[in-house]
Amino acid sequence: MSLTVANLQCTRGDRQLFSGLNFQLKPKQLLFLEGQNGSGKTTLIRTLCGLFVADEGDILWQDQPIQEHLEAYRKELFYLGHLNAIKGDLTALENLRFNHAMSGQNCRDDDLLNALERIGLYGYEDFPTRQLSQGQKRRVALARLLLNKSPLWILDEPFVALDVAAVELLQSIISKHVEAGGMAILTTHQAVPLTQGEVQHLNLDQYASQAGTLSYV
Amino acid sequence: MFKTFLMILKRDLKLALRRRSEIFTVLFFFIIVVSLFPLGVGYDEKTLQRIAPGVAWIAALLASMLALERLFLSDYADGTLEQMLLTPQPLSILVLAKMTAHWLLTGLPLVLVAPVVGILYHLEAKTVGTMMFMLLLGTPILSMIGAIGAALTLGLRGGGVLISLLILPLYIPVLVYGSGAISESTLQSGNIEPHVLLLSAFLLLSLIFSPWATASALKISLE
Repeated sequence: MSLTVANLQCTRGDRQLFSGLNFQLKPKQLLFLEGQNGSGKTTLIRTLCGLFVADEGDILWQDQPIQEHLEAYRKELFYLGHLNAIKGDLTALENLRFNHAMSGQNCRDDDLLNALERIGLYGYEDFPTRQLSQGQKRRVALARLLLNKSPLWILDEPFVALDVAAVELLQSIISKHVEAGGMAILTTHQAVPLTQGEVQHLNLDQYASQAGTLSYV
Repeated sequence: MFKTFLMILKRDLKLALRRRSEIFTVLFFFIIVVSLFPLGVGYDEKTLQRIAPGVAWIAALLASMLALERLFLSDYADGTLEQMLLTPQPLSILVLAKMTAHWLLTGLPLVLVAPVVGILYHLEAKTVGTMMFMLLLGTPILSMIGAIGAALTLGLRGGGVLISLLILPLYIPVLVYGSGAISESTLQSGNIEPHVLLLSAFLLLSLIFSPWATASALKISLE
């Protein structure tokens, strides 16, 4: 099981973000995407999910191009972007139930409640999420991580809006996932300590094309 | 696959029931537009009976446009749509579920208030029956074609006006055959069958093509 990116090039509008990007991710590996603002981190992540088509290069999952096997690939993928994908009018429990069921994995209400309790939302399960704080909303979205069994996690700025306790909790969730043989790609400046497994760093600034780099005078 | 369909349908209905105002806006818009015409045109019974089919259908077209912009917008804004695109289920099933919810919330109520039009325009019971039947056949088409427009204009500024410009011309067949059948039913020798058959054909055609077209449009909008 592996994710391979070969010679990837992405353009947004007229601006080339990066080119000649190569990396491989195997089980028990954690990849940090780095780069200055506008270097294309989110574009790369969306490309890796298959939401955006690259100009050039290949993304291979199990040595198969993802665009040709999208349904099989998406069963193995968990993606969480900047947006929480939760509805203010639904309760935390309803949001989690719907979002989790959408990923095609079944689970009982007990497991859902358990996940909400572990993520620190005990007592808030039945509140409409519009009444929760930003950090609590983020927790509702992150509770899916506790239930998800997909091997590949792609998380865009997962630590935003979380307090210290939640950051620690999330770090431990991610490291447990990687140590158990999972893979994760993160864009964040927050370190995630691992006891086993391997950490890779990929700095997009090194792959930026000349026109794409911001110059500071 | 059917489970996913039901799940999205149930969620959309639940969300709408928690914000009931949106359902009633469409319904009252329809009733107000329909009741303005007798005030402007006059209360001559013959004239009202003649314009009733067209008025009812045009009001229905405009009313169903009202809620179209919101069809995908809230899911787009909070990231749910992105997550839906990433699920292993085919996107056209998800889209079909959202269209069904849209019809249940905006199309079906119009069918049910059609007798009000009958009272305002001095229509016979038989004509009102035909009107309800044609609305029942035609309003799902409005939701399905409208969804294509909503998906294409997603995330654009001023999308609401653009949807109307894109979609209203495509509603013309529904308007022609829908109101044609009602006009026929007011005549002694009227035969509504050709209209019914043509409108049913449009219904089937849009049932097959619109989920697929909408799904493709959504993928482009989200890129």
